[in-house]
Amino acid sequence: MAHSEEFQKLEGKIFTKSFFILLSVVLVGFFFVGVRYVKGIGAVSNMSDGYPWGIWITYDVATGTAIACGGYAVAILVYIRNRMQYHPLIRSAILTSMFGYGLAGFSVMVDLGRPWNAYNFFIPSKWQANSAMFEVALCVMAYSTVLIIEFIPAILTSIEKSKWERMNLIRNWLHPRIAPDAKSMNDNLELVRLGAAWLKPRLNKVLIFFIVLGITLPTMHQSSLGSLLLIASTKLHPLWHTGFLPLLFLINCIFIGYAIAILESLISSYSFDRPYEIEELSGLAGLVPYVTVIWLSVVVGDLVQRGQIGAALRGDFYSGFFMAEFLLVAVGSLLLFSRRLRRSPRWLFVSASLIVLGGALYRFNVYLIGFNPGKGWRYFPSFAEVMVTVGIVALEILGYKVFVALFPVLPNTVVHGPALPANGTAVQVQNLAFEKTVPQA
Amino acid sequence: MKRQSRRDFLKLVGATGAGLVAASAAPCAASEGMHINNEELGMLYDATKCVGCKACMSACKRVNSDYGSLSYEKAKFDTDGLWDAPSDLSGSTRTLIKLFKESNKRWSYVKYSCMHCQKPSCVSVCPVSAMTKEKVSGIVDYNKNTCIGCRYCQVACPYNIPKFQWEKALPQIVKCDLCKNTNLREKGISACAETCPTGAIKFGKRKDLLQEAQTRLKENPDKYIAHIYGEHEGGGTNHLYLASMPFNKLGLPDIKPEAPAEFSEKIQHTIYKGFIAPVALYSALCFIAVKNMKGNNRGHDKDAAHKKEEK
Repeated sequence: MAHSEEFQKLEGKIFTKSFFILLSVVLVGFFFVGVRYVKGIGAVSNMSDGYPWGIWITYDVATGTAIACGGYAVAILVYIRNRMQYHPLIRSAILTSMFGYGLAGFSVMVDLGRPWNAYNFFIPSKWQANSAMFEVALCVMAYSTVLIIEFIPAILTSIEKSKWERMNLIRNWLHPRIAPDAKSMNDNLELVRLGAAWLKPRLNKVLIFFIVLGITLPTMHQSSLGSLLLIASTKLHPLWHTGFLPLLFLINCIFIGYAIAILESLISSYSFDRPYEIEELSGLAGLVPYVTVIWLSVVVGDLVQRGQIGAALRGDFYSGFFMAEFLLVAVGSLLLFSRRLRRSPRWLFVSASLIVLGGALYRFNVYLIGFNPGKGWRYFPSFAEVMVTVGIVALEILGYKVFVALFPVLPNTVVHGPALPANGTAVQVQNLAFEKTVPQA
Repeated sequence: MKRQSRRDFLKLVGATGAGLVAASAAPCAASEGMHINNEELGMLYDATKCVGCKACMSACKRVNSDYGSLSYEKAKFDTDGLWDAPSDLSGSTRTLIKLFKESNKRWSYVKYSCMHCQKPSCVSVCPVSAMTKEKVSGIVDYNKNTCIGCRYCQVACPYNIPKFQWEKALPQIVKCDLCKNTNLREKGISACAETCPTGAIKFGKRKDLLQEAQTRLKENPDKYIAHIYGEHEGGGTNHLYLASMPFNKLGLPDIKPEAPAEFSEKIQHTIYKGFIAPVALYSALCFIAVKNMKGNNRGHDKDAAHKKEEK
């Protein structure tokens, strides 16, 4: 797994125009988070006693973690199904998973009314194994830790290879009186480098057990995200309330994971002017329809078994959202059955987007749209509530952009060959600084 | 090789699926196995006796305001704050009287407060055991010192009873605890039942309340709908209702006799029984992954050689 030469850093400025635009969106979001802590959740959100979970839970947690399942889905493919050719995709997938889960955890802390009591999750006498929420919380915390461990090799490689240019720049910028002594600083940095070099091979030896843990944990909590709504038997519309919720959520996160891995790769190739990894992507795209077909058949089979097909075709509000979710996934998958379309970045983008949208809409349907607590309750997110979510998403993109520049995350274009220039010519490939493999004697 | 591994993958998905099918096939008979404890404390509310004076509401607030974090709610027209006028149960109101008026001749009051279920959903879903059901009294109680404020109890409760203090920076859940720490401890009766001037709220053990309700139904069959709401609803509740109008018109939902928590716990327990499935999944995946790794290292000599260099 130590294919560090497989990945490369993205050379270029970090502080670009888009960086500052994203940063300002993040700041607006965090302003409202501040308001929420001072004036209460009611001051920023439209949540009510009828709709106690709004978009913070529905999008940031239930949907956001599914979108962050790229790392999970690609890890299944690479390590369990033994398709090493997809390994180049894994680091960026894990990075987005790391941000997705980390920020889902953050928005939970915004959403919780009494976050200072959250330590009770670690007190065995308070454990409540009947609660799907308990399972989700522990699994998500564990998985976030595992994701960080999975990402550490990239950081270690960076430390190992670092010339500490930025560090020296900062030192030189500081006033000589407060700046640390150049020699002792360099000695210390050398120690850090040696430590990283010492840790890396040892971590690599045991990393596979963390990777497998990183496959087991999402299997558990993604299905439990479905189990969360099992108890709402009187509130969730019968189109979605079924004993199969855990299974449907599990399969749903797998196909969203693959589709998002495709999208992510396409978008980063496009926006960083890198060649498309069309070989890997079309192969990956070929798998998606199999997963979605399983999901669609479970959905239909379950509706037939519970006699709810009529409700699905009734043409009312609920059936409309059900059909939208169903058709988005179905049409997206149908496109991917065509070998020709699978090789076109444009069509890959379209179909993967449809599948992600459909899969996400399913989660919205279960958590919000199909949820009816009784007469007189309504919910539509407020502006501030939306801005908190948008701010968190912006932070996610911002973090991704900074990390791919600091650490070797993206696939190395030389090793994998410039297949198709993305946006312009292959000349730009030369602008990339390759992470050379320096044998450590 | 390629086909083989796809089959493995499908097997994995299939196995998970089979487990879940088994889980969802069984649960219907669950509530029969559930034991109803009629020794628990509860209340019988007779809507035909209620005159809507709301003395119970004001008694509840007077007694529980400090302990239960209750407060008075102003009506919109009432700028001076002369009345306590909550429009619904809320983060400052635990119990509420409402009037449902179909016509001038057909109307009924109804009292809302926690139903103190035999198998409470809120207790089943609370991730940190902040919601508990007392073994002897059957009171469904809330502990704000444990609560993390996730509001899953609100999602789960079919009666929409737990309320959250949306407007506060340090909020908590508010719900009836049968005056457990206040009136019940001091006087052995809940404040609302103690105060009610017409005897519409009767406090006591569930078995006595059921008997009383059945007697009233027998003596005045014309006066009542022939149903004791809460006897079987959602696995049975300790707060029982008698009324002259259909209960769903009074805002009390139609709920199947099976407790919703039975259904969800059955599935959750089947998946996580003894934590065997997750451990088995982890070991199986480890086996496959390590085998794959070894195969790859043998396949790519160059790769392996490079690794040695690194060490």
